[in-house]
Amino acid sequence: MNKKSLSQQIYEARWCYLFVLPCSILTGMFVLYPIGMSWYFSLLDWSGFTKDAKFIGLQNYAEAINDPFFWNAFSRSFIFMFGTVPVKIILGFVIAVFLNNQVLKLSPFFRTIIFMPVVTAIAIIGIVMTFIFSPFNGPANKFLMATNLTSGPIDFLGNPDTVLPTVMGVYVWKWLGITMMYWLAALQTVPQDVYDAAKIDGAQGYRLWIHIILPIVLPFAIVIILVEAVSALNVFPLIETMTAGGPFFSSEVMEVYIFRTAFVTDAGTMPRLGYACAAGVFWGVAVLFITALQGFWMRRTRRI
Amino acid sequence: MSKYLNFIAEKNQVRYLTITVFFLIFSFFWIYPLLWVLSASLKTDFEIWGGLGLIPDKLIWENFERAWFGANMGRYFFNTLIITVVSVVIVVITTGMFGYVIGRYAFPGKKILIGILIATIFIPQGYTIIPVFDLLTDLKISKNLIGLTIATAGHTPVIYILLFAGYFSRIPVELEEAAKMDGAGFIRTFIMIMLPLTKPVVATVSILQVLHAWNDFLLPVVITLGNPDIRTLSVGVYAFKGEYFVDWSGMAAASVITILPIIILFLFMQKYFVEGVQGAVKG
Repeated sequence: MNKKSLSQQIYEARWCYLFVLPCSILTGMFVLYPIGMSWYFSLLDWSGFTKDAKFIGLQNYAEAINDPFFWNAFSRSFIFMFGTVPVKIILGFVIAVFLNNQVLKLSPFFRTIIFMPVVTAIAIIGIVMTFIFSPFNGPANKFLMATNLTSGPIDFLGNPDTVLPTVMGVYVWKWLGITMMYWLAALQTVPQDVYDAAKIDGAQGYRLWIHIILPIVLPFAIVIILVEAVSALNVFPLIETMTAGGPFFSSEVMEVYIFRTAFVTDAGTMPRLGYACAAGVFWGVAVLFITALQGFWMRRTRRI
Repeated sequence: MSKYLNFIAEKNQVRYLTITVFFLIFSFFWIYPLLWVLSASLKTDFEIWGGLGLIPDKLIWENFERAWFGANMGRYFFNTLIITVVSVVIVVITTGMFGYVIGRYAFPGKKILIGILIATIFIPQGYTIIPVFDLLTDLKISKNLIGLTIATAGHTPVIYILLFAGYFSRIPVELEEAAKMDGAGFIRTFIMIMLPLTKPVVATVSILQVLHAWNDFLLPVVITLGNPDIRTLSVGVYAFKGEYFVDWSGMAAASVITILPIIILFLFMQKYFVEGVQGAVKG
């Protein structure tokens, strides 16, 4: 077959280009263009509400890296990630292993229940949880006191020491159903004959798991960790509605910091979109860097 | 033979019962916060903070009336409904078309296009929200539902495209050739023959987009900062918390109005929810 020229190929594929156009325009407008613009905005001294924007070079970045609140939020985002992802991965796996048993008649029911918080609006979860964890007769404190686990009410969301673990716990509760579904998908790829063969060879109990099943589900584990890690860095709605970053900024993660500097301001001061963009760019690059590292690790592991 | 691994032997009744009972108790605690808000929406404020019980003494339906009319949840409900339905239509059409050509055709530039798409998966939303807000303002659609709807549709298509592309690529070529012989053009083949075959993916993508659009928070909260009229339910309940801080039962009713439709949808169409979620790791 003789090779067609590029222009001929392009002409023949004209319908293909027409078909990718609508989606490409949307992605361009709401994903690619914003990425480019946030780089530009980050170089401006700009409130976002007036037309007068002043070009100030890298000053926003300099200010951000000298702001302790910025670094606190930055590290808190990672504390959040490292505190929640392992819990979700392990707990999700254990639950999936149990619910994967067909013999368990109520298994579909349990799956539905555990998945239910996933479909519930995250902002509503945040608001309802402020009730649940209220120190004034909130159900969580009522339960703890009724069972004599604590003597007095705990101000879960009002105490800087307990607020982050509480929000992390709610986050795990909210999204564990997804992790469980990932693991169920992984476990169901283990072929029955592999299992049968292992049994004939006398592999049982933990040996069956370590030598037969874990190696098969491991490639899934890496994808699951990657997906979970990225989503644990996107927790704005939950934290904004539960604590708005408080008390005294003790639960302020990066996205809440960006939102606060961009849109929410103390009386009398102007919002600072330019500065918030600089923080956002810094953050986006950091996340992409971590993702790339994980992606690299994933490819290496899969090759072996 | 089942494809599942059964380690709970049917004969071992004690183990079976222990596991079942454990999961029953676990499920109750797991779901308690949702049951709590449902029961609180039908209680008086006094009763809400009275005890851990879930059954109201008397059903107070006025809570819903107050939320629906007084706190404007009725309006926010229809805003959310419009945004959700229209964004589902946009997303299914655009990602379906995209997935179709990616899954079935080779053309110059295809690899670059896929590469760009994959790269966008990991962009945090917080990173793009400010320019999106600015873009809608410049296009003069930041003060009505149009802007919010388009932005909602524009944000998450990558996984949908992969689902469509995967499904389309498995449809046998003969079908297309037969259509060509009958004189059907590119668009007609797509609409009349290909799209109807992908009903399961259309359903999965629609469900995922409903979930996303209905529950989204960051985008609508930013876009509606200066326009209370176009708030969505999530933003409405959040604003409710700020405005009527002491109306606990009204807020619980507003929360139920927001979450119940999706929970009901989930209970009836669970299969598609699960498929959509699992598509992310299977691919």
